[in-house]
Amino acid sequence: MPETKPEHTPESTTEPLTADQQLHHIDTLIKMGQPEQDEWALSRVSEALPERRPVIVPLALWREQTGEKGLAPWLSSDTELTPELAAALEAAPLIAIDFPAFTDGRGYTLARLLRQRQGYTGEIRAIGDVLVDQLYYMTRCGFDALALREDQRLEDALRALGAFSVSYQPAVDIGEALFERRLREKGRS
Amino acid sequence: MYRYDSYDQTLVDERVVQFRDQMDRYLGGRLGEDEFRPLRLQNGLYIQKYAPMLRIAIPYGMLGSHQLRRLAAITRRYDRGYGHFTTRQNLQLNWPALEDIPQILGELAEVQMHAIQTSGNCIRNTTSDQFAGIAADEVEDPRPWCELIRQWSTLHPEFAFLPRKFKIAVSGAAEDRAAIQVHDIGLRLWYDDQGELKVRVLAGGGLGRTPMIGDVVRDDLPWQHLLTYLEACVRVYNQFGRRDNKFKARIKILVKALGIDEFRRRVEAEWAHLKDGTQTLTAQAVEAARQHFPEPPRRPVEDSAIEASEQLRVENRAFSRFVTNNVTAHKVAGYKAVTLSLKRREHAPGDVTADQLEAVADLAEQFSFGECRVTHEQNLVLSDVPVDELEALWHALETHGMANPTVGTLNDIICCPGGDFCSLANAVSIPIAQALQERFEDLDFLYDLGPLDLNISGCMNACGHHHVGHIGILGVDKKGEEYYQVSLGGNSTDDASLGKILGPSFFREDVPEVIDKVLQVYVEQRHEDERFLDTYRRIGHKPFKERVYA
Repeated sequence: MPETKPEHTPESTTEPLTADQQLHHIDTLIKMGQPEQDEWALSRVSEALPERRPVIVPLALWREQTGEKGLAPWLSSDTELTPELAAALEAAPLIAIDFPAFTDGRGYTLARLLRQRQGYTGEIRAIGDVLVDQLYYMTRCGFDALALREDQRLEDALRALGAFSVSYQPAVDIGEALFERRLREKGRS
Repeated sequence: MYRYDSYDQTLVDERVVQFRDQMDRYLGGRLGEDEFRPLRLQNGLYIQKYAPMLRIAIPYGMLGSHQLRRLAAITRRYDRGYGHFTTRQNLQLNWPALEDIPQILGELAEVQMHAIQTSGNCIRNTTSDQFAGIAADEVEDPRPWCELIRQWSTLHPEFAFLPRKFKIAVSGAAEDRAAIQVHDIGLRLWYDDQGELKVRVLAGGGLGRTPMIGDVVRDDLPWQHLLTYLEACVRVYNQFGRRDNKFKARIKILVKALGIDEFRRRVEAEWAHLKDGTQTLTAQAVEAARQHFPEPPRRPVEDSAIEASEQLRVENRAFSRFVTNNVTAHKVAGYKAVTLSLKRREHAPGDVTADQLEAVADLAEQFSFGECRVTHEQNLVLSDVPVDELEALWHALETHGMANPTVGTLNDIICCPGGDFCSLANAVSIPIAQALQERFEDLDFLYDLGPLDLNISGCMNACGHHHVGHIGILGVDKKGEEYYQVSLGGNSTDDASLGKILGPSFFREDVPEVIDKVLQVYVEQRHEDERFLDTYRRIGHKPFKERVYA
């Protein structure tokens, strides 16, 4: 997967790699608009849980292990947020949403639904093909942790986050449309 | 027309700064080709066959004189002194230099213009009726609603990476002049018998590779819910539209695959969460939008002046031709809307020179309150001309080559830039238009044929709307050779229909002859005053096919 290099490189091609050997370490993370490092690794292996904790694992694996604090799920972009799934996700310490390609915009809707419909207050992390020029939109949709693809430059990312000081639509960050704000301000003056 | 406040201005200014940064990173090698592509497209920038192309948004077709002058200056400074009006009320520059684009966007922002979302897989420029606000058959001016949609859709954070492009058109008149049935979403504003404004929401129309007429999702949406309902529609599309095959990614394919009932069920289920929430429109909000589109301060026109104008029509055949074809009724007595023809043999349909842009700016100020509109037929309109000034305007337009009295006739061809410019095209389209305009230039013949839409696209992306031309011509590529497919019976207005392909395609040089044969059949078979389209619908495909392939 594009965002990180596996922590371990295979020494022999004869033995299948374990989930731990295929873990991804997240190099460049922005949380709440600031660069930050944390302990969470990412596993994309769907067959087995890694030993390491804390780790973000595929949703299906996570659902088999309820209540373990060091495990968090990542959602593929085509995840359908059914009421059962939404209820289960309330217990997640963080939820990652995968962008298999930066042109796949489903993750934006997923994040908004988690925040605005389900009221999820934990961290929502963008993983995968996360590029500088998407960050502004992601933040507006409720992502508060952005795991940049490894080739992305942090300074470009921080600049891009602040590209706009005004927006027309309400989203997770702003609760009213600009037309509503204008009416409010006009009413006050 | 809509005037920016400090919020709108800040947003377009920040957009210019953002794009300059993106361009710097691209030119500096920090942003790859594939990753820059959607960013530049969402700023209207294509890399075309010979040069970049910049598509500038003209929201719902409204342009002020100061904007026309700025466009003229930009085409002179950064291009070759001309531009091209498209079928979606945009203006394209064919020859700008890549590195000049941020500067051009900056100069556009100074006159409250931009190129935001004129391309890319996002919500595009919202289009409307060129006679909005002045048409006698209008029940509701669509422009305030278009502006509300423009704002809602501009940099929408959730919908910047849709499966495919997404086009919305709005009509508020008895006659649909915005082709709402062939848009991803078409909106029709109407009043019920209680006097309540409702919105008919159509989804899944479109041209391109798989042309379809839109289905009604909801017939009577109360106006308050327009934006939340649109949000629900686009959200369903964003989640469920196909992403595995770009040729099957438009909303029409989703609507077809689910069926309109299931699509509607999903939209309504989504909307149930959004209904009455933020973005629900209030009378105040709509009124605030309407205040941007006031009635201009029209002076009264004497009845005697109206009579004198009628008298001139009787006396002057050329003027009469112009009035009959290029002048449209107005809701206010003594006023007319005048269509400025951008169709003439010397230029590609929809092309306009910098000198003409400046002339239109002056004429708009002199005759029509400093505003002009762009039509989806690739012409311009001055919407508020007093009848006692029609003659003066007509003379002025003749001087500038925009009085061609052929609006709505076979000569008023809709045409994409085609293979002369566009890297998607399979075949040229402009030379076909010019060959047809040359062959059928006799005015009496054109008038005798009556209203006839002839639309040409250089490939199946259908930018020239060939599916909905009464006669449609499509350029196709067969083993590297250009051929042309002819279809008949399309229509973009209320009784919308898609044209049916006549048969095997033709060589380029044979196209005028083929069209001539089609017209012969019509002329022979028509009943008195019957339109081409109606004759075709009555007698069917066969007589045309037999004549052409005889």
